[in-house]
Amino acid sequence: MIHPITFIILAAVAVAAALGMLLSRNAIYSALYLVLNFMTVAVFYLVLNAPFIAMVQITVYAGAIVVLFLFVIMLLGAERLRGVGDAVRGGERFHRAAALILAIVLIGVFAYLLIVGNPTDALVQMPPIDTSPQALGRLLFSSYLFPFEVTGVLLLAAIAGVVIFGQARKRGNRDA
Amino acid sequence: MPNTVTIDWYIALSAILFTIGALGVLLRRNILILFMSVELMLNSANLLFVAFARYRGVLDGQVLVFFVITVAAAEVAVGLALIVAIFRTKHSTNIDDINLLKG
Repeated sequence: MIHPITFIILAAVAVAAALGMLLSRNAIYSALYLVLNFMTVAVFYLVLNAPFIAMVQITVYAGAIVVLFLFVIMLLGAERLRGVGDAVRGGERFHRAAALILAIVLIGVFAYLLIVGNPTDALVQMPPIDTSPQALGRLLFSSYLFPFEVTGVLLLAAIAGVVIFGQARKRGNRDA
Repeated sequence: MPNTVTIDWYIALSAILFTIGALGVLLRRNILILFMSVELMLNSANLLFVAFARYRGVLDGQVLVFFVITVAAAEVAVGLALIVAIFRTKHSTNIDDINLLKG
């Protein structure tokens, strides 16, 4: 069971990393802030009795996905870009104000549901269950077998799509 | 200060992270940052899945997170390939420059 002070410190790090990602002008710093946020969420997964998901979070999200982001940023040389604080065009100021109003409305609705609605009042914490990779795999290959197979097809389609996009330029040149 | 962390705390944290992600999609013009913000939103939903799985004493939430991570990985791979393909023709990652379909 996590102590409230530990929770608040971890949550502050997670929110600060997310804000850093949102506000930093250099896209590489954004990706690194994203890694920090993913790591903090992985710690929350460990606290929430989900060790396998925590490790998958670190290897797949913080490892593979963010490294892919960094590769693309460096490949395109796109790290220096206009940030939130830079000079804005005419129509963009209205756009930005609308975005902030929408964000305030969204967080307000969340707060209202949490304070007034409070649908989880009766939800007390259950005793910890077996969340080992074995138990997860058994559930994955029994109740969730069909979604698991569909995921395999999705990944195959993603690989095929990436290969085709990667070849597009070469083939176009030969045709032209 | 209350001395136990209830699920409301996780819902609040998840809501804050989701809002920051949504703000990122709305505010930033760099398509790479947009993608990172989408990942942040998916991640906040994952956190809530795991929290509810823990508090209800079931494993299904963690299986769903597994699927979400898989779909997110596929989405990022295809999305980044698209970004690279667009960059070859437009030489920009600013979404305001991607307006070929505009009449």
